[in-house]
Amino acid sequence: MIKHSDTLARAARLRMNFEAAGAQVVDPPLLQPAGTLLDLYGEDIRARAYVTSDAVRGEQMLRPDFTLPVVQMHMHEGAEPARYTYSGEVFRRQEHDPERNNEYIQVGYEIFDRDDPAGADAEVFALFALQLRGLPLRAATGDIGILMAAVEGLDTTAVRKAALMRHIWRPRRFRALLDRYAGRTPLPESRLKLLSSEGKLTGSATVVGKRSEADIDARVDILRADAAAPALAENEILALEALMAVRETVPFAMEQMRDIAVDLPAISPALDRLDMRVAALKARGIDVDNLDFEASYGRTSMEYYDGFVFGFYAETRPDLPPIASGGRYDALTRQLGQGEEIPAVGGVLRPDLMLMLEEGQS
Amino acid sequence: MSLKLGVPSKGRLMEKTFDWFAKRGLTLARTGSDREYAAAIDGIEGMELVLLSAGEIPRELAAGRIHLGVTGTDLVQEKLPLWEQQLEEVQPMGFGHADLILAVPQCWIDVDTLDDLDAVAASFRQAHGHRLRIATKYHRLVREFLTVSGVADYQLVDSQGATEGTVKNETAEMVADITSTGETLRANHLKLLADGLVLKSQATLWRSRVASYSEKDREVLKALTSLIHD
Repeated sequence: MIKHSDTLARAARLRMNFEAAGAQVVDPPLLQPAGTLLDLYGEDIRARAYVTSDAVRGEQMLRPDFTLPVVQMHMHEGAEPARYTYSGEVFRRQEHDPERNNEYIQVGYEIFDRDDPAGADAEVFALFALQLRGLPLRAATGDIGILMAAVEGLDTTAVRKAALMRHIWRPRRFRALLDRYAGRTPLPESRLKLLSSEGKLTGSATVVGKRSEADIDARVDILRADAAAPALAENEILALEALMAVRETVPFAMEQMRDIAVDLPAISPALDRLDMRVAALKARGIDVDNLDFEASYGRTSMEYYDGFVFGFYAETRPDLPPIASGGRYDALTRQLGQGEEIPAVGGVLRPDLMLMLEEGQS
Repeated sequence: MSLKLGVPSKGRLMEKTFDWFAKRGLTLARTGSDREYAAAIDGIEGMELVLLSAGEIPRELAAGRIHLGVTGTDLVQEKLPLWEQQLEEVQPMGFGHADLILAVPQCWIDVDTLDDLDAVAASFRQAHGHRLRIATKYHRLVREFLTVSGVADYQLVDSQGATEGTVKNETAEMVADITSTGETLRANHLKLLADGLVLKSQATLWRSRVASYSEKDREVLKALTSLIHD
């Protein structure tokens, strides 16, 4: 059993290391306004975060992570470039697994820097690898940006691309959309009936609710246009599927993806960025030849990441959540920046899990 | 101590529960005045009848304060995320049928499936500046269903009654509610989604896995089970 005081001592040490690396200490409030989190994650966040409320401020959430308040703080008052570190509790509802902690300490490091994204990615990863050295961990890396570039580059309508982009982080729905756009799934009866009609369809049923007839007419037009659009080309689909399946060490993954780029040329700039990141990692002493790369990594659990993603996992304890994880979240700064944006990357460590693994080793 | 059976304290659910047990040779009855929540059970020794609100029965079973209880599948699954570990289904009782469904306005001629709903939720949010609101009292069941189905950009708003009316009042764009015949839905200009069945529910007799059972309780339970399954 790990004593809480030991966890706190380790957390303090990690935060000091991050300060020594140039980060400024920040301490965001435990209670976060629920609205921002709900706008960002949707209703799903309620399954993960504790909600409370009062009559004046309305719904508040016990902070489920630090990234969001740190981004908000930086966008509001931060100077550039900036490095931040923090240490403190986060809270997660555990409705299905009573064995998992609903409160634990995270220590984090975040970089906001416009000049050298590849360098910042490598800095975070190398700094984390240093804190974790000696532990029996496997590092997983990925890059959501490559997948996003692939979708953006598909030869299809803007509507379809937007729908795929919106569901990059929901692999099942993404798959279903892809099958539909490829013409692999038959249209439901109701859709065929709708498409067999012509002209304006609204006007007969009683209109109730806020979604107007104009909204409905607009979507019918979109559906008709979509039905007229050609199916996705076979070579593009196969290339996209091959891309999502890439799971190799970095050099082999790179080779495979350069091959795939013949059919999906739009991913080439993203691959160039990966090349630069790999060079930056190598320069910081990371053994990139043996580093794992999964093109689909980070699609299920890390909704705001849109570039480099990474996680460190205990090889002997597959039951444990990642000991450390992080990634790039440029789009999040745009969403929260009210017109401003800045490239940003960061991650968090779990000191309690580090101690647990060390105890298991000795 | 005796084996405690919790049943709904009022209405048709109580009457039908009483009928169901009567057919199996057990007489359940309220005692005392109409307003007093006291009850008795005849036809088996060593059992005690407890009258409770149907909504409280899942919690009482999970806490082990009653051994057996009659309530709907919907309430059990909404209130107890770990219900399979806490409760055992003894017997579905064949009444109190109700489906938890998703319903949208009939005038949404372009919406028939969850696929459509997801696409509409995205464009609704862009057009109206807030997420598409779904009125319900079954927050957890609906949220889990929509998560698994990959529907995003919706918002659950709480509605503890007259849920179908929320669309007309523009406090929600659609509803997730219990229905048995669909009449109320139609009367409020709503229609079912083709693949929007969240849960099929009926009144069910449950056994608590966490309550403590004395030797005698076990014998009574055995006797009761044989009565029920005969």
